[in-house]
Amino acid sequence: MTDFDLVPAPETTAVEIADAYGHLIGGAWTSPSGNRMSSINPANEEVLTEFSVAGADEVSAAVGAAREAFKSWSVLPGRERGKFLFAIARRIQERARELAILETMDGGKPIKESRDVDIPEAAKHFFYYAGWADKLRFAFPGREVGAVGVAGQIIPWNFPLLMAAWKVAPALAAGNTVVLKPAETTSLTALRLGEIAQEVGLPPGVLNIVTGAGETGAALVDHPDVDKIAFTGSTVVGKAIAKSVAGTGKRLTLELGGKSPHIIFADAAIDEAVEGIVQGIFFNQGHVCCAGSRLFVEESILEVITEKLHRRIQTIRVGDPLDKNTDLGAINSKEQWEIIQGFLKTGAEEGATLHSPSKGEVPKRGYWVPPCFFTGVEPAHTIAREEIFGPVLSVMTFRTPSEAIERANNTPYGLAAGVWTDKGAKALEMAHQLKAGVVWLNSYNRLDAASPFGGYKESGFGREGGRQGILPYLKVDG
Amino acid sequence: MYKGPSSRAVDTIAVTARASSFSKRSIKRESKDALLRLALSMTDLTTLEGKDSEGKVRALCQKALHPDSSQPDLPTVAAVCVYPRFVALAASILKGTGIKVASVATSFPSGQSPLALRLKEVEGVVADGADEVDMVINRGAFLSGDYPTVSKEIKAVKMACGHAHLKVILETGELETLDHVRLASDIAIQAGGDFIKTSTGKVSPAATMPVTLVMLQAIRDHYTSTGVRIGMKPAGGISKAKLALHYLMMLHETLGEAWMTPDLFRFGASSLVNDLVRQIRRRHSSVYTADYDTTLG
Repeated sequence: MTDFDLVPAPETTAVEIADAYGHLIGGAWTSPSGNRMSSINPANEEVLTEFSVAGADEVSAAVGAAREAFKSWSVLPGRERGKFLFAIARRIQERARELAILETMDGGKPIKESRDVDIPEAAKHFFYYAGWADKLRFAFPGREVGAVGVAGQIIPWNFPLLMAAWKVAPALAAGNTVVLKPAETTSLTALRLGEIAQEVGLPPGVLNIVTGAGETGAALVDHPDVDKIAFTGSTVVGKAIAKSVAGTGKRLTLELGGKSPHIIFADAAIDEAVEGIVQGIFFNQGHVCCAGSRLFVEESILEVITEKLHRRIQTIRVGDPLDKNTDLGAINSKEQWEIIQGFLKTGAEEGATLHSPSKGEVPKRGYWVPPCFFTGVEPAHTIAREEIFGPVLSVMTFRTPSEAIERANNTPYGLAAGVWTDKGAKALEMAHQLKAGVVWLNSYNRLDAASPFGGYKESGFGREGGRQGILPYLKVDG
Repeated sequence: MYKGPSSRAVDTIAVTARASSFSKRSIKRESKDALLRLALSMTDLTTLEGKDSEGKVRALCQKALHPDSSQPDLPTVAAVCVYPRFVALAASILKGTGIKVASVATSFPSGQSPLALRLKEVEGVVADGADEVDMVINRGAFLSGDYPTVSKEIKAVKMACGHAHLKVILETGELETLDHVRLASDIAIQAGGDFIKTSTGKVSPAATMPVTLVMLQAIRDHYTSTGVRIGMKPAGGISKAKLALHYLMMLHETLGEAWMTPDLFRFGASSLVNDLVRQIRRRHSSVYTADYDTTLG
């Protein structure tokens, strides 16, 4: 009688995807090169399209075009640059549905999230930095500001368009020109951003986009005519980039991995904290650098929390990412799926207990990991130390606030943290003691274009978002 | 300093966000039909006006029995809810039909009369044939921190109810904060309420999804610790079928299948019935009929 089956409510996929794509260099698209890689839809393992792999020559051409365009773009009045950014923001909004569908097909994330988070937030970033373009001198009062030059920007696969927006918007607002390299598994929406730049008449060479994998990225990092490198991705690659940039005079910002602590006190709003835990670790299949992957629960409420978490996970719908009812989509790639499987195995081998209460069956094809959590995790376990980057939560306990701090800070990372307590003074004290770039109170994964984001320690340096996010792209004198 | 009974803290922003997530689900076509019928069977068809008369109550009882004359297979509503003066009449009309007679009592809606009188009123409606009693809590006592009085009065009303089911109205619009709603829910459940109910319908805001979610959480925690299932009745402000389905989605994801019955969930409403009727018709005819095409109660 009360069958609560949800209707499959898939978005139609009437979006155009070409068989293969080239690069955007100096305002023109190159023909797809012979050296290509396939882009797979992780929800059904079908090939969506092919991206060209840019070699040193193409990277050089893109940097050259950016250098040429810098001459006029950097001296264009700020309000004129701002107009282009506003136009890009509006065009993203106009093409929001198409972009959301592409993002979901290419990366496997639920349409609910690409529709409600990725695309609107990307537009917001362009709107926000469009506003700064003619106010740079007020951002740093009494000091002369100027653009840095050519920015090489390398972005990850977890929020493809949003990360492009985080990088491109402040760079262009400050008068720099850009060579953007999107991630090899998810380049579709970044290429659409290139199209949008053309549609709004952005001068040729201001935004160049080259696709490819690690070698393309390395060619961009090593190019002598690049003034600034901005990278978001893994700590391993970040360290390699830092080494290769050292001594060259290039500017560098890194936004790397995390193993963020999420701390639940017994006096917290428990049911809401459980929602926060779910949001913290299962948002975007856990492919979030700031995911709340280490859960610290005050020992007295461990049982209550695990019981509620167990039940809540049963209501999470896993499956077709294009279905509007889907809460958890496909794992981004086969490679990432294998990494997560490895951690699931290690966690069990080291003695933690896996709970995977998800009821529904996952589709036969595609890469899936149902939402799950480990209990009995000890600080020495691999799953308590290393970034899993999947829908896998490690649950640990603490007894006192100082123990919570000690355990939370016992990590090479320091990107984000969450605290749930109903006591204001305790919350502020925790925020003060936690070594993390962002501390969320009674919420998690809340991001805003006006709020700076970035890490401590091996989570990187430099900030994105807010007034702070424009500083890496400016020379500030006086 | 006196420390009141402890109750779980509630975070308003997070509750509101969670509550709104239930309105983003798409329900399967066949399920929707069943759920609209279920919602109809969960409705307490209500008239609580100063101008109520015997004629009005007769009309309401007939509407309860025949929600839509063009669809004789529809379920009847769960109950008819009237002022004490009309209980005997409603009971005589609805006798043997399976539709319950509910009466507000305890000096509804304010509850501001001596306890002895309120109890007398409860005994009166039960004697007249009420199956269910909808009482109001003492908000004055609650907001001044006198929780023992709130609890004692509910217990006394429960005693006076005898075999009748007790619904405890918290009047959440006057309690204002969700922390208060949670505490009042816990007190009402502990004191013996069979149902907890949001509102009288006389105070704005009446039922909202965040308030109802907090009350459902109190019910769930009580069930987890005791195994006893308490019922829930959001009342006031739910006039559209679509909103009713959002409530059912919230009920299902928060408390589960066991609560998807009129024994444990009710809508306190009057105009909701006609929107449910029109939506059920639409499932078959694809036409959302004109309002004059549904009967009045």
